[in-house]
Amino acid sequence: MNKPGKDVEKRERIVNRIARELRDGFYVNLGIGMPTLIANHVPPGIEVIFQSENGMLGIGIYPVDGQEDCDLINAGKETVSETAGTSYFSSADSFAMIRGGHIDLSVLGAMEVDEEGSLANWMIPGKMVKGMGGAMDLVAGARRVVVAMEHTTREGAPKILKKCTLPLTGVKVVDTIVTEMAYIRVTERGLVLEEVAPGLTAEDVQRATEVRLVVGERLKVMEV
Amino acid sequence: MNKVVASADEAIRDVGDGSVIMLGGFGLCGIPENLIRALAKKGSKNLTTISNNAGVDGLGVGLLLSAGQIRRHIGTYVGDNKLLESMVLAGKIQLDLVPQGTFSERIRAAGAGIPAFFTPTGVGTMVANGKETREFDGRTYVMERALPSDFAFVKAWKGDRMGNLVYRKTARNFNPLMATAAKVTIAEVEQLVEVGELDGDSIHTPSVYVKRIFQGDLYERRIEKRTVRKVSG
Repeated sequence: MNKPGKDVEKRERIVNRIARELRDGFYVNLGIGMPTLIANHVPPGIEVIFQSENGMLGIGIYPVDGQEDCDLINAGKETVSETAGTSYFSSADSFAMIRGGHIDLSVLGAMEVDEEGSLANWMIPGKMVKGMGGAMDLVAGARRVVVAMEHTTREGAPKILKKCTLPLTGVKVVDTIVTEMAYIRVTERGLVLEEVAPGLTAEDVQRATEVRLVVGERLKVMEV
Repeated sequence: MNKVVASADEAIRDVGDGSVIMLGGFGLCGIPENLIRALAKKGSKNLTTISNNAGVDGLGVGLLLSAGQIRRHIGTYVGDNKLLESMVLAGKIQLDLVPQGTFSERIRAAGAGIPAFFTPTGVGTMVANGKETREFDGRTYVMERALPSDFAFVKAWKGDRMGNLVYRKTARNFNPLMATAAKVTIAEVEQLVEVGELDGDSIHTPSVYVKRIFQGDLYERRIEKRTVRKVSG
């Protein structure tokens, strides 16, 4: 069992690494939970517009106490604020935007990801009934899909598998997997390990991964 | 033209057992609170509810759920409702989970005279099981059918006596599409105004879609997850 402090550290590393994928002018959708934290780490000098699938472009920071508005929430149902240039629209318009390829980057969590870039994150048969929300549309429609997740389960079992075992959210949709251990790109020749966390080797990452990784020609240490 | 009814009770007078009802709202944001309370009071049974979420325990659609009024629920995310999760796992209610974009588009299509459409969402997953697929320009799409209903319960910020509606911020969500997709659309509003008071360029739902309208008596306006930041200094 991991200590809570350790979990926070892992998450910070993942969030910081993905924040460095942001580019000026990007329209970005962040999933519920850990991906939402990326909004707090936008690199200086870059302007990014965050989309919320419940019908908003231009999500701002959390409001100050007393300014919260029940009509102004993000997809995680948290109270948020506007930015200059915020717009609102219906759910049908929101998903037209998503499916239509207008969102540059979608970051979301996963329970399992496999060699082909398929992912599972919405149900465990017989155990958990939550629903896919907007995840299936996001992975099918966003121009780039990044998975943000811890490398293994709490019990230490791999989550990057040869083949997902849980019901899928999307088939061959993931472009990049970022964990506290590694930065991995999904390619035609398999999962390419491009970066490892400081203090780790490619072998350490491989041991925590079910599928055989292709070690990148320019393997780097992850900047965190 | 005057579509105003006196109360939520009067607005739902013809909702019978077995009705298929759409309810606007995302989480607790933009839900038709007054209509839900009236329906819980009326006690109609064997309902099919179409709503993104299922409320929370004891509020929103959760109110109808705990009263045992729902036979089937169609939505996209029910993770905030433990009662529903347990009822589904125990086989007491039928739950159809639909990807949110497909859910939205099926409702939009129903209101727009489109019986079906092809979407890339869900291809190769459980949600495409048994459905027709087709390739367009080298990519596979799955056919999804329009989703109509008997009634739509929508909530707007302002509305006029003719039924024109204006929503506020993210409380808009599914309300405008649901307003188009039902045989009978009932709108509850926070502020009921005279015809001509709303700016025609700013109307989100044109009056043609709305059959009945009333000003809600009580808005609890509950916030599901209150997140705030500290003021610096």
